[in-house]
Amino acid sequence: MEKNRLSEFLIEKGLFITAIFSIVIILLIVSFILVEGIPAFENYGFFHFLFGMEWGPSRGQFGVLAMIIGSIYVTLLSLLMAVPLSLLCAIFMAEVAPNNIRKILKPVIETLSGIPSVVYGFFGLIVLVPLVRTYFGGTGFSLFTASLILTVMVLPTIITISQDSLRAVPQEYREASFGLGATNWQTIRHVIFPAALPGIITAIILGMGRAVGETLAVIMVAGNVVQIPGSIFDPIRPLTANIALEMGYATGLHYNALFGTAIVLFLIIGLLLLVANYIQYKYKVDIGGGYL
Amino acid sequence: MNRIEVNNLNVYFGDSQVLKDININIPKNTVTALIGPSGCGKSTFIRTVNRMNDLIPTFSHDGNVYLDGVDIYNPKMDVVDLRKKIGMVFQKPNPFPKSIFENVAYGLKVHGLNDDDAIAARVEESLKSAALWEEVEDKLEDSAMGLSGGQQQRLCIARTIANNPEVILMDEPCSALDPISTTKIEDLIHKLKNDYTIIIVTHNMQQATRVSKYTSFFLLGELIESDLTDKLFIDPKDKRTEDYITGRFG
Ligand SMILES: Nc1ncnc2c1ncn2[C@@H]1O[C@H](COP(=O)(O)OP(=O)(O)OP(=O)(O)O)[C@@H](O)[C@H]1O
Ligand SMILES: [Mg+2]
Repeated sequence: MEKNRLSEFLIEKGLFITAIFSIVIILLIVSFILVEGIPAFENYGFFHFLFGMEWGPSRGQFGVLAMIIGSIYVTLLSLLMAVPLSLLCAIFMAEVAPNNIRKILKPVIETLSGIPSVVYGFFGLIVLVPLVRTYFGGTGFSLFTASLILTVMVLPTIITISQDSLRAVPQEYREASFGLGATNWQTIRHVIFPAALPGIITAIILGMGRAVGETLAVIMVAGNVVQIPGSIFDPIRPLTANIALEMGYATGLHYNALFGTAIVLFLIIGLLLLVANYIQYKYKVDIGGGYL
Repeated sequence: MNRIEVNNLNVYFGDSQVLKDININIPKNTVTALIGPSGCGKSTFIRTVNRMNDLIPTFSHDGNVYLDGVDIYNPKMDVVDLRKKIGMVFQKPNPFPKSIFENVAYGLKVHGLNDDDAIAARVEESLKSAALWEEVEDKLEDSAMGLSGGQQQRLCIARTIANNPEVILMDEPCSALDPISTTKIEDLIHKLKNDYTIIIVTHNMQQATRVSKYTSFFLLGELIESDLTDKLFIDPKDKRTEDYITGRFG
C-alpha cells in the first residue's frame, strides 16, 4: 500500500517535471528570438520593418512586406490545390474504397509524409522547374513551382488526418442516414462530412502550418527574389527562405532583422491558428454542440 | 393479407450462422412483437428486412424475404427505395448532430422535397404524431443532441414517419427510456398501427402484450413459435416458449 503510494507520487512528480522542462525550453527559445529580434524593430521601426518594401541589408534596408506576401501567397495557392484534392482522396479512402485498397493506400500516403523535404526540393528542381519554364515561360523558379511542391508535401498530412476523422464518425449516423433511404453520396455529404468537419479543419490547419513553415524545398524552387510577384510565374522569397538564405553571413542589425523576420513568421502562424480555431469552434457550435 | 413474407431464411456473419431457417409472415397494418433472450438474432432479423445488414462486410444469407410479393434481395432491387419504404428506429437513439428540425427534414430533403413550406408542414405533422411537438415547438433550431434520451427516441420516430414508410421496424425502442417516455411511445404505436405495419423487438413481455397483435419467439437463431399475442402468452405450444415467458431462462 505504502509502496504503491510512493510510486504513484514519484510518477506524478516525474511527469510534472518533464512537462515543466519542455515548457521551459520552449520559453527559452522564444525569449532568445525575442531578445535578438526586437532590436531590429527598435532601430528600424516596427511598422517600417513590417510594411517596408525594400530589403537590402548592405544598404541598411529591412522591409519584409514582400516576403510576408510571398509566404501568404505560396501558402494559399498550395492550400487551394491541396485541400480539394486531399479531401476527395480522404473521402474516397474512408468511405468508398474497399478494405483491401484502403490497406494499401494508407501506409503509402503515410510514408509520403516521412520523405525529407530536401528530396521534394530536389525533385522540384530537376523535374518541375524545367517543366514550368517550358510550359509557362520565365525561369521556372516561381511562386507556382513552390506551391506545387508544397501541395505535394501537405497532401499526406491533410489526407491522413481528415481520413481518420471521417472514419471516427459513429456508425450509427451512417445507419440512421441509410435507414432513411439516403444514398451513399448523400450520407457522405450531409451527415458524415459535417460530423467530421472539426477534424478536417484541424487537418487543414496542420497542413497550413507545414506550408507556412517549410523552408528547404521552397528555397530550391522559389527563385528567392525579394519582390511582390506580379503573376504566379514570378519568383518569390517567403519569410522562411529569407532567414535560411542569409543566416550564414548576417551580422549586426542584419542579424537582428533575421530574428525579426522569425518573429513576424511567429505572428503570422499565431494569427492563422487563431482564425482557424475560431472557425473550428464556430462550426462545432453550428452543427449542434454534439462535439463540444 | 401479408405485407412481409420470409421463407427459409438463413443468415451468417462470416462462418457463424446467426439465423436458422426462419419462416414468418407479417400481416399488413398490425403490430408484430419479436421476443427472445439476448443474442438470439432479433436485431439481425429486422436488419435483414431493410437490408441494413448489407453494411456489414461479413454478412451473407440464403432464403427469401418478400415485401408485397417482391423479393427484396433480388439483384434489381432499389435498396434506397426499399429503405424509404421500410423505416427503422434503432435500439439506441441516434439523432444526427443537427437541429431538431433538420433531423426530421433530412429524409424529406434526400428524397427531393425542396419546397420549404411543405417541409415545415411535414416536420410539424411528424413531430405531432410522435408526441414530441409540444416539447420542442419553441426550439426547433436547437441541437437534437440536447434532448433527453426519451425525446431523442421520439425524434427518431418522427424522423422515420416523416418519410411516410409502409413498414416500421423498431429495435427495442424503449430500452433506454423511463416509464413515462415508454408510455408515450406505446401510445404512439397504438396510433400508428392502423396505417403502418410495425415490427417491434422488445425484452419487455408486458410491452409485447400491450402493443402487439402477434408475437414471435426467437431462441438461439431459431424462430420457435409465432402466434396471436394473447394466445402465445396464455397458452404457448412449445415448452421452450413457456419456459421463457414464465422467466425460467433468458
Ligand atoms: N456484425 C456482426 N458480426 C458478427 N456477429 C454478429 C454481428 N452482429 C451480431 N452478431 C451475432 O449475431 C447474434 C445475434 O445478434 P443480435 O444482435 O441479432 O441479437 P439480439 O437478439 O438483437 O440481442 P439483444 O437482445 O441483446 O439486442 C449474436 O450472437 C451476435 O454476436
Ligand atoms: Mg438487439
